[in-house]
This record gives sequence, structure tokens and C-alpha cells, in this order.
Amino acid sequence: MRDIAVVAFSQSACVADIGAVNEVELIMPQLQAVYAQVGLSSAQDVDFVCSGSCDYLQGAAFAFVAGVDALGAVPPLKESHVEMDAAWALYEAVLKIRTGHADSALLYGFGKSSPGELPAVLSQRLDPYYLAPLWLDTVSLAALQARMLLDSGSITESDMAAVVSRSRQNAQANPLAQLAGDIGVAALLQDDYLLAPLRRGDCAPVSDGAAAMIIATVEQARRWGVPYARLTGIDQRIESHNPCMRDLTDSVSTRQAAAAAGVHEAALDVAEIYAPFSHQEIILTRALGLDEAIAVNPSGGVLAGNLMMASGLARVGEVFQRIVNGDARRGVAHATSGPCLQHNLVAVLEGA
Amino acid sequence: MSTARPDVTGIEAPVYLHYHFTAGTAPARFLVRLREGLLSGQRCPRCAKVYIPARGSCPACGVPTTEEVLLPDRGTVQSFTIVHIPIPGNPIEPPYVVANIVLDGANISFIHLLSDCVNEAVRIGQRVEAVWRPPEEWDYAMDNIRHFRPLDEPDVPVERIGTLPVSGPAVPR
Repeated sequence: MRDIAVVAFSQSACVADIGAVNEVELIMPQLQAVYAQVGLSSAQDVDFVCSGSCDYLQGAAFAFVAGVDALGAVPPLKESHVEMDAAWALYEAVLKIRTGHADSALLYGFGKSSPGELPAVLSQRLDPYYLAPLWLDTVSLAALQARMLLDSGSITESDMAAVVSRSRQNAQANPLAQLAGDIGVAALLQDDYLLAPLRRGDCAPVSDGAAAMIIATVEQARRWGVPYARLTGIDQRIESHNPCMRDLTDSVSTRQAAAAAGVHEAALDVAEIYAPFSHQEIILTRALGLDEAIAVNPSGGVLAGNLMMASGLARVGEVFQRIVNGDARRGVAHATSGPCLQHNLVAVLEGA
Repeated sequence: MSTARPDVTGIEAPVYLHYHFTAGTAPARFLVRLREGLLSGQRCPRCAKVYIPARGSCPACGVPTTEEVLLPDRGTVQSFTIVHIPIPGNPIEPPYVVANIVLDGANISFIHLLSDCVNEAVRIGQRVEAVWRPPEEWDYAMDNIRHFRPLDEPDVPVERIGTLPVSGPAVPR
């Protein structure tokens, strides 16, 4: 199997409303940034391009096609798209490289969530017969999940607030974060419920932005002569779309993906987890088998800023940056998709 | 158990979602200029092609376009079709001509109506100019230009369409 290297990553700041900027204008600065990190001039210099986005965010069919205007597709490119977080674009590119169809790939994800009412918009990505017609929004579904966890006695509201407090604290060192600050558990528990048992702080904010990454074979990374991190494992598992048919207090798919990706084959220093609700970070930390010694979401995670369709890729990017900066030697990145952690991807990165 | 119930072959699940759409920095620039009676494009810093309306990137090179280029309201027919079928909700009486028009100084066409002409005499390479609505009716909209009409000038050879230099000043009508 061909070894894969992450060689470049860039992410925009998470902002609540980027204003009169279209998706192409959102993507291009991130593409230019990753080209500059490797010394490439355009997407023509890689073998494959794959993006992740959601047309519902823009409210227009085939809106993702316009993203190609950011690439420079003359002459034509080998290009693909997932209607998912760009972490799954990474997965597609990894398969492409491992099967010998490409030596390098550009990935990007983008989401301008501010134009619509995000929880309602995402409800339309549920199963179209039973759940979408009920307009079950993401916050309501997460609140049901949090209630089940609290009622099972396996967490308390203070545990949830502790996740939020640590996110805000860590985000103080992240200039791209949207929410950061020194706020303790007691102060967070003073807030009113947004949708019991969730307080506003328990929910990721709505953010606009984009992220991009370049990966390649290790041989290609060496030819480019840039610092890189090896992607030693990646796996993704999906559970039933019907939330009533699975145990919402656990994440079996994450545990299976972690085992298949080889998360515990060596020691870990860092974990970046895509948990858009505080209680989900606790479920995921347990499913990934992370102990106290591992820094979880040192960036602040998505509770500090959540780029829809890019945050999963950004978790991988955060781990990559910590490894090439020498802050970590081996880390795990996680991405999620669907309601209540339905679909999960786990990637393991190690120093070169 | 009764098996007499009819099969469910469909359900109604209407979707209503509201969005605050924004066109983007580059398209907004184009629309603001249009309201001033000006046609504003952008030049690619790499290949020097001029796009109108611009989306903020050169889709061929994949680089941001920032240089504004004001264009005259004269151009050339790159292709056209004669519409004979009435379209529901469209107030224009068929038959009418829809044309791809490349403005002088631009390298890409846009679609607009071609009128004040003999439909059967419309041809690729034909020179045309904009017919604007009165300034008091101008909005952030392409129909500030009511339509294009033929100019009494020699046709442009096919291989030169989309390569002409700017032919005159860009001034509000």
C-alpha cells in the first residue's frame, strides 16, 4: 500500500456572517494558501481535486459546481465532489492515491451557513419520508441525545459545561476561532437553556468559511521538499439513518473506525474531534478510548467555530499542523456527518 | 390481518426555507455599476481575459480577479436562437431573438435579447449596441438594458469574435 502524506493545510477564520462574499471568493484564499505552502501555481499541479459542500446551505441545486470556478479548470481537471464534509473528500482522495490513480490531491470544503436558518436547513438532509417532513432540526435531535445521556447517569450537565469551558479556554490561542474566552463551569451553568438540556454554549456556533488541504504520496512529498505528516490510517463507518434504531449514548461506528484506523497501535499526543454539541465530545472521547493524558481539541474544536462541510477536514488539518510544528508526534482526527453522530470518520497522523 | 389497504405511492412534504442571498463581492460590484448605467467587468491578472459579469475568479486560471474594466455597450453576436414557443410567465411575444453577445473588450459573452431587427437577418458576427431604459428606471438589474439592436457596421469574422479591443468610452446613457 502506498504511504500518504499531508503536505499543506489552510483554514479561514470562523465568522458568524462573512457578508457579501460568494462561495468562490470564500474558497480562493484557502486554495492560494495551500498552493503557496507547497510551491504550486494552481490545481493543474496536482493529479486529483475533490471538494465537500452542501447545496442546501446555498439553497441552490448544483451550487457546488460554481466552486470549480475557484480552481482554474482549463485544461480540464480530474475532479470530484462529496455532498458531505470535505473529510470524506479526503477519504475519496486517499482511495484514489492508494489505488495508484493519482500521486497527489487537492481537497477543499466550504460552507456559508449564515444565509439560511442552519438547524432547519440541515433537517432537510434527514430521511425524506419519516424525519425531514417533521422538520426535526439538528439542535432538537442533539437535545434528545443529551437527555438520554443525562438520564442514563453517565454524564452530568456540569460535565457538558466543562467541555464548553475547555473549548473556550483553548480557543484563546486560536486566532481563527469565533468564540473564545475564560469562562468557568459555574458561569456556563448560569445560562438559560436554549433547548433543554442544551444551553447555547453546548451548541457549536453558526459560522462561514472554508478550508483546503493537499495530500500526496510520501515520495511526491519528498520531491516537493516540504514538511509533511504521514496519514497512517483512515476509516469511516455509518450507522442507521433512523436515530431510534441505535444507541444514541454511544458511538459504535466511531469505535469501529478507530480500531480499523489503528488509533491505539501507538501512543497519542493529540486528538481533534468533530463534536458540534458538548455532550457529543464526551461520547466520542469514550468511543475513541482517549485518556486524560491526550490533549483533546487544543484548537477549541467546533464549539469555538464550526465551518459546515469543512470542519471535519479542518480537524485533520489541525493535527497535521501540530505534528509539522513539532507540538505533537502522533494524533487522531475525527469527523462526523448526519444526525446525532450517525456517520464517523477517524484518521491517524504521525510525524515523518 | 387485512391486505386490502392500497399501497402508498406518494406523500406530500413541502419544503419552505428562507435565505438571505448575497451575490458576492465581484457580482455586487457589477450590479452597482449597472445601476449607474455602466458595464463593469474584471480582468484576469494571469491570462488577461476580461469577464463580464465577473464572479471574482478567472475560472480558466483559478486566480482572483480584482482589476475592474469598464466596457462600452457595443458588441458582437457570438450565437443566437429564435424563440417561437411562448414560455409561461414570460411577457415577451414570440418570435424573438436570444443572443450570446460579446462586448468589445470582453472575452466572454452574456445572454440578452436582440430586437429592433429582422429576425431572419440576425447572424453570427453581427454588430449590436445596447438600448437602455430611461435612467430613472435603472435598478441593480440586467434589464436596465431593454435589449440590443443591430449596428450599421461590417460583420466581425468568426475567428475574431471575443477578441476585439474596447471600442469606445463607457459612459452612462
